[in-house]
Amino acid sequence: MATPNIPLWEVFIRSRNGLAHKHVGSLHATDATLALQAARDIYTRRGEGLSIWVVPSSAITASDPSEKGMMFEPAESKIYRHPTFYDVPDEVGHM
Amino acid sequence: MYTQALNTSEGDDRHIEDATRAAQFQARIDADERIEPNDWMPAAYRKTLTRQISQHAHSEIVGMLPEGNWIARAPSLRRKAALLAKVQDECGHGLYLYAAAETLGSSREELVDAMLAGKAKYSSIFNYPTLTWADIGTIGWLVDGAAIMNQIPLCRCSYGPYARAMIRVCKEESFHQRQGFEIMLTLCRGTDEQKAMAQDALNRWWWPVLMMFGPPDQVSQHSDTSTKWKIKRFSNDELRQKFVDATVPQAQFLGLTIPDPGMKQNANGNWEYSAIDWDEFKQVLAGNGPCNRDRLAARRKAHEDGAWVREAAMAYAEKRRQRSALQAAE
Repeated sequence: MATPNIPLWEVFIRSRNGLAHKHVGSLHATDATLALQAARDIYTRRGEGLSIWVVPSSAITASDPSEKGMMFEPAESKIYRHPTFYDVPDEVGHM
Repeated sequence: MYTQALNTSEGDDRHIEDATRAAQFQARIDADERIEPNDWMPAAYRKTLTRQISQHAHSEIVGMLPEGNWIARAPSLRRKAALLAKVQDECGHGLYLYAAAETLGSSREELVDAMLAGKAKYSSIFNYPTLTWADIGTIGWLVDGAAIMNQIPLCRCSYGPYARAMIRVCKEESFHQRQGFEIMLTLCRGTDEQKAMAQDALNRWWWPVLMMFGPPDQVSQHSDTSTKWKIKRFSNDELRQKFVDATVPQAQFLGLTIPDPGMKQNANGNWEYSAIDWDEFKQVLAGNGPCNRDRLAARRKAHEDGAWVREAAMAYAEKRRQRSALQAAE
């Protein structure tokens, strides 16, 4: 077939509970308008959301899985960034 | 991320086999880690999953045909709305699954073309005809019931995009099985003729449904490596037994007879079924089932009839792109 492949889009949906848009999947569409309509049909058949974002997959820059160590290990040793690192006596109550 | 387009640079070495990487890969599987699209994976893992996920997607799409046959003839508006919603779901499931398969590096066009050319398979069950309204009830109750049995363990499959697609599919499928059972229950509580219609549908679908779980464990081609890679968590025979044990009491509740006079319950409570006619299964897979030719012809016609829409949409997008490029240059 001589027709070029139809571009890929990533779909993000914000659910009713007010959380951030979350990636739900992807689809093919020739332009943004059709991508939004397809996202509505494919990913919100049961009231899953109140807002949809569609993003061309080619516009996403992702971290390289082989650099996972370099990217994320530095945070692992920094336990003082978590509240549980700090001792607060029980008498003080919830903090 | 459901995309194959990320991080593919020149000199990409992900496909080169390497014993150390293979061992690291298996260690990740053994540790129940999920494999993601851009991770290194053995070529055979990629190939197995592409085959399995795309076949699964084709099955969802071809599976719309036997049920679509009854949308315009559903006996009430309520049944019609439910069947329409179910068929739309099957389409959605096909699309989630194609997207998951594409993350392994094949394009949607390649996958669809392989199916239309008869090179890729889909579930043998959809090559049987839907002769009466009771077939729609039986498909929901048994075909979707068997599919759920197969799909629930796939929610924990080692390949992330497939597992995530299956979670979504399983959530939506449970309505399918319940709507089918409700149709059967209504028929079984109806007139003698209606009940006979339900029994007739069960008689015709029972054995093909048992075949949906695939060949018996001794002869299954794909089981060993798929188990090692945690694509498959239970064997074909284990899942088939689980399905039979769950279904027999439901048939009893409906007052229907499973068309297997030799079936008996053993000391463990499992229902032992008679020998399955695997020659029939092979014949249907080889393209000689009652509806193979019809199904492929219908898919090809739909694809060809839609070609102008795809072309027009692409041309329109291209025209808009050129116009905005021109405006930007002014």
